Amino acid sequence: MNMKVKIAGVELKNPVMTASGTFGSGEEYSEFVDLNKLGAVVTKGVANVPWPGNPTPRIAETSCGMMNAIGLQNPGLDVFVKRDLPFLAKYDTKVIVNVCGKTTADYLEVVEKLGNEKVDLLEINVSCPNVKHGGIAFGQDPKCLADITKEIKKIAKQPIIMKLSPNVTDIVEMAKAAEDSGADALSLINTLTGMKIDIHKRAFALANKTGGLSGPAIKPIALRMVYQVANAVKVPVIGMGGITTAEDAIEFLLAGATGISVGTANFANPHATEEIILGIEKYLQDNKFQDINELIGLVK
Amino acid sequence: MSKIEIMGEIISTKQLTEDIFDVWIRAKEIADQAKAGQFVSFYTDDPSKMLPRPISICEIDKKAGSLRFTYRVTGEKTGTKEFSLKQVGDKIRLLGPLGNGFPLEEGEKAILIGGGIGIPPMLELAKERTGENIIIAGYRDELYLEKDLKKQGELYIATDSGSFGVKGTVIDAIKENELKAAVIYACGPTPMLKAVKEYAKTHNITKCYLSMEEKMACGIGACLACVCKSKEKDEHSQVHNKRVCKEGPVFLAWEVEL
Repeated sequence: MNMKVKIAGVELKNPVMTASGTFGSGEEYSEFVDLNKLGAVVTKGVANVPWPGNPTPRIAETSCGMMNAIGLQNPGLDVFVKRDLPFLAKYDTKVIVNVCGKTTADYLEVVEKLGNEKVDLLEINVSCPNVKHGGIAFGQDPKCLADITKEIKKIAKQPIIMKLSPNVTDIVEMAKAAEDSGADALSLINTLTGMKIDIHKRAFALANKTGGLSGPAIKPIALRMVYQVANAVKVPVIGMGGITTAEDAIEFLLAGATGISVGTANFANPHATEEIILGIEKYLQDNKFQDINELIGLVK
Repeated sequence: MSKIEIMGEIISTKQLTEDIFDVWIRAKEIADQAKAGQFVSFYTDDPSKMLPRPISICEIDKKAGSLRFTYRVTGEKTGTKEFSLKQVGDKIRLLGPLGNGFPLEEGEKAILIGGGIGIPPMLELAKERTGENIIIAGYRDELYLEKDLKKQGELYIATDSGSFGVKGTVIDAIKENELKAAVIYACGPTPMLKAVKEYAKTHNITKCYLSMEEKMACGIGACLACVCKSKEKDEHSQVHNKRVCKEGPVFLAWEVEL
């Protein structure tokens, strides 16, 4: 039985990855998950310089999900390259680095410096809703998205995955803009902008006022968007948004995703990724599929 | 030493006040490694609640392989409400031990300050320490754990309502009784921690340890939700942020900005 999938020429041992920002650079979760079993580790967003992120509280639980406004706190590229990449290199898994920035030049600096590192794919975060100039501006306008995709593509040594925001009127328009500008793959969805008010304190639950909603609450929206995009573009799509179980992951594969990422579910169950891999294998066996690729986009 | 996720079994459960509950859980692999000032993530059985609830360790029985938690139920239909409804023999999914814990400062005279739901970790700390313990417990109104605390040291009580002990804050209790020590430990609401830090500074008590609280998601240092401001640039984050769940929850007062 084959579990391997290919994304932009890179072969993953299975389609299960970690969603950026929920898994750090893998070290903390390596106490619970055998990283060798994962299709890929997608790192937390890294910028050219360290970012302090937003004030606290940075998270709030909501029904069937949570909101976060971490604000892309990260240690900056230099420490990431010296500390986090060598850690990941010890494992037999693919490394996808999520890249964030405030300006096009920021993105380009990170992409260029990662060119000679042991990184398999780059995921370009143009969709973080929690940082004023942290990418969302690039991800909500098709022209801006096209421009930054082209700029990055010119210098990137690894294939690039553009991570799309669901906070747009037409996700297909955005997906096409990225594809036409050279994106090698697309990942979606990032979080949906939400809000929570603490009625006892009569204040916003998050210091940032708004945050990115994730978890099972957004899964139907994510699945619909993945289906729309997968049927509109030729490049592979990585689906994410509320995937908690193998059944959820299989839904995304059937909708057309070549890979899937597990995010918020890691918080509810640190073993979620490994359990999802086993669950997908069992589904293939039980339903007599020889190859996971037979599932991809099967439901039209 | 490593964190472990296991199913704990409830050995005993008791309601102490209107909203404070007390539970002993058999969780040998966690109890074996646990120490005062650490916490454990509790997972709910309700799939609509994604995040674990971090609850501080109140007592450890290494021989029995069990842990005591005294926690506040935060409302109807909450995760903590679900925990409080569990009966003896019921299972509960736990991840721990988490966080760094208190340095014991063996042999030194210490003031242990707990405010509200910050009181429980002071019990295990007092038990583990050698050296004189002066314990200050600050309550809104109703007391809990006071009998257990009394066995571990000289106990002073402050209540907001004045129903027991000193009417006012834990700092009022310290001042009123002119208490002095080489070490201070504190866990409680931020305004209390601020006042404790100020008191330690004024009285030149350099070993002042504060246990911090912040909203958490993963509980293991990956998500960067529960940070606090640090005075110096943090080695891991490369910015002035420390993770409460990983570098903390216990910090030297001078390391953090409140």
